[in-house]
Amino acid sequence: MSAVGQLGATTATPAPPSEPKSGRRLTAYLLLLPGGLFLLLFFVIPLVTLLAASLYDPNGSIENGFSMTWHWQNFIDTMSDYARPFGRSLWYALLTTAICLLLGYPLAYAIAIKSGRWKNLMLALVIAPFFTSFLIRTLSWKLLLSDNGFVVDALKWLHILGPDGRLLATTSAVVTGLTYNFLPFMVLPLYASLERIDKRLLEAGGDLFAGPFTTFRKITLPLSMPGVIAGTLLTFIPAAGDYINAQLLGTPKQRMIGNDIQRLFAAGAYPTAAALSVTLMAAIVVLVLIYIRRAGTEDLV
Amino acid sequence: MTSDLVLTGISKRFGAQNAVQQIDLTVPAGAFFALLGPSGCGKTTTLRMIAGLEEPSTGTIRLGEQEITGLRPYKRPVNTVFQNYALFPHLDIFENVAFGLRRRGVKDFKPKVTEMLDLVELGAFGKRRPAQLSGGQQQRVALARALINQPQVLLLDEPLGALDLKLRRQMQIELKRIQTEVGITFVHVTHDQEEAMTMADTIAVMNGGAIEQLGTPAELYDLPATTFVANFLGQSNLLRATIIGRAEQNLIVDVQGRKVTVPLPRCRVTEGDVWMGIRPEKVFLSRAGTEQSNGVNQLRGAVVTDVSYVGVSTQYLVKLSWDQELTVFEQNTGARGTLAVGDQVDLHWQPAHTFVLDAQQDALAGVEDIDDSGGAG
Repeated sequence: MSAVGQLGATTATPAPPSEPKSGRRLTAYLLLLPGGLFLLLFFVIPLVTLLAASLYDPNGSIENGFSMTWHWQNFIDTMSDYARPFGRSLWYALLTTAICLLLGYPLAYAIAIKSGRWKNLMLALVIAPFFTSFLIRTLSWKLLLSDNGFVVDALKWLHILGPDGRLLATTSAVVTGLTYNFLPFMVLPLYASLERIDKRLLEAGGDLFAGPFTTFRKITLPLSMPGVIAGTLLTFIPAAGDYINAQLLGTPKQRMIGNDIQRLFAAGAYPTAAALSVTLMAAIVVLVLIYIRRAGTEDLV
Repeated sequence: MTSDLVLTGISKRFGAQNAVQQIDLTVPAGAFFALLGPSGCGKTTTLRMIAGLEEPSTGTIRLGEQEITGLRPYKRPVNTVFQNYALFPHLDIFENVAFGLRRRGVKDFKPKVTEMLDLVELGAFGKRRPAQLSGGQQQRVALARALINQPQVLLLDEPLGALDLKLRRQMQIELKRIQTEVGITFVHVTHDQEEAMTMADTIAVMNGGAIEQLGTPAELYDLPATTFVANFLGQSNLLRATIIGRAEQNLIVDVQGRKVTVPLPRCRVTEGDVWMGIRPEKVFLSRAGTEQSNGVNQLRGAVVTDVSYVGVSTQYLVKLSWDQELTVFEQNTGARGTLAVGDQVDLHWQPAHTFVLDAQQDALAGVEDIDDSGGAG
């Protein structure tokens, strides 16, 4: 920057005051360049390709190629064919988010406010699952919930599960898997926002006649809303597009939209798969926008 | 309406550390009471125990007839103005002030909140968030938020610590006015001796978890009980001395071979080695050889070693024949020209301004900054 700036300053006779500023601006653009290029190559171009593919003629094939026919009908066809897995995906994601919030909030609260010297250990335990692959962990759940596994045996022995009851290949198994896999994404933002709360505010609540529950409702919870919003988004969005859990822990009855997209892409039905992807993306964007609007954007920043 | 706050045998231990040790304290109803001491002296811990935010390890706290030692904070008729205010950032000023009334289910709280905001001159700020207010305004919101509940005792934890000097002076007067107006007992924690002396009726000077001395600002300043109080409240000149006899109501004290008299009630110890103390503004300087009237205490043969002109007064450092330096403040009344470094002077002061302390105590206890300790040694 300085080299460019100085060159400019020496050539222009009365050094214009805007000269160093434009040099600084150039630096900013240079700094943006690598990230920008990356996003262009791996986000913008694939996105445009995907949007284009969703409008291809569905009668084409990989061998013969697809022709761009602005076939809007793709969207209508896919929605009528895949409305059920689509709705199921959103429903599972919502359930997962709700359960993650119920499990994650007390955990994050305990780590942020009550853990004392165990804080770092507890945080490490929350992050520890990431040391193993997502896939391997989900496969372990498959073993854990299997019909011959000790969990099923124990539940049967306790008569919680009927003699022919099973855990694997049920809706509960899929939602449990999703919850397990996305829980850290809920806990970490919640922890971050709870940790930031000035503990004296909680003392002030107590001092001003608010019991522990009221203090939580009136002070802790509103102040942790940024964490709640971030956590629910980080859980809901990937959960809605997930297909590993439904694949490994469910049956075709539990299949989510991700499974269909994956299957369709694998089968070479690009226009249909792309149209489904675009619809899912649009639906999530709309839902998130409504959610943020209702929760108050002010709290998000 | 209010009743005395009584602390009996209060101690607080944090692990192996004794934060507060066996404090007995009575704060009369309606008093403006200050807990004064350096950081880590246990004053804030004491305040937090009164608020219910810490549980005492031993002892009891009573408020009038009611024992409140084990009572949860939200059940005590006590409110706190927190250090750095602890205003709720997600609520506007009106809701911050209304918080306590809402929690107690007070109906028709709106006019009360408006009235309270007017009292602290923030009537127009009800819709703002705390972050949009200046430090002084936040301070007043914190005060309003606590006062609106009409507590029996209002606790103030270094409430002016975050304000600049000018604003602090202004708020000191303001707080004092409000206290007189509402008649609520104020317990004010501060490390600023000037703040405590300006505002409080009674000051408890705390050091190392215990109360060093308790009294009115004038009592503490005029007759400190320990070297810590002598140095922490204002400045003191402390000289090594020995008690050698008694004449009527006075004790005769030997200071490096010169005899000085001190009234008996002003002596904390009556025999043996002692510290003889005198405040810098109570000492008068005169050119060497000037005759003084009988009955004043004198030290002759000193030399001026430093002169600091401060406008209203001049601060001298004066070296005695045994190389100890004393501090002397002299009002610039114009009665005598200022002295210069190297001038030979005599020192004299009234016996009634002298005090005698235990020689076992550290002469530098309570000196805030070692660099200014020239006059204290």
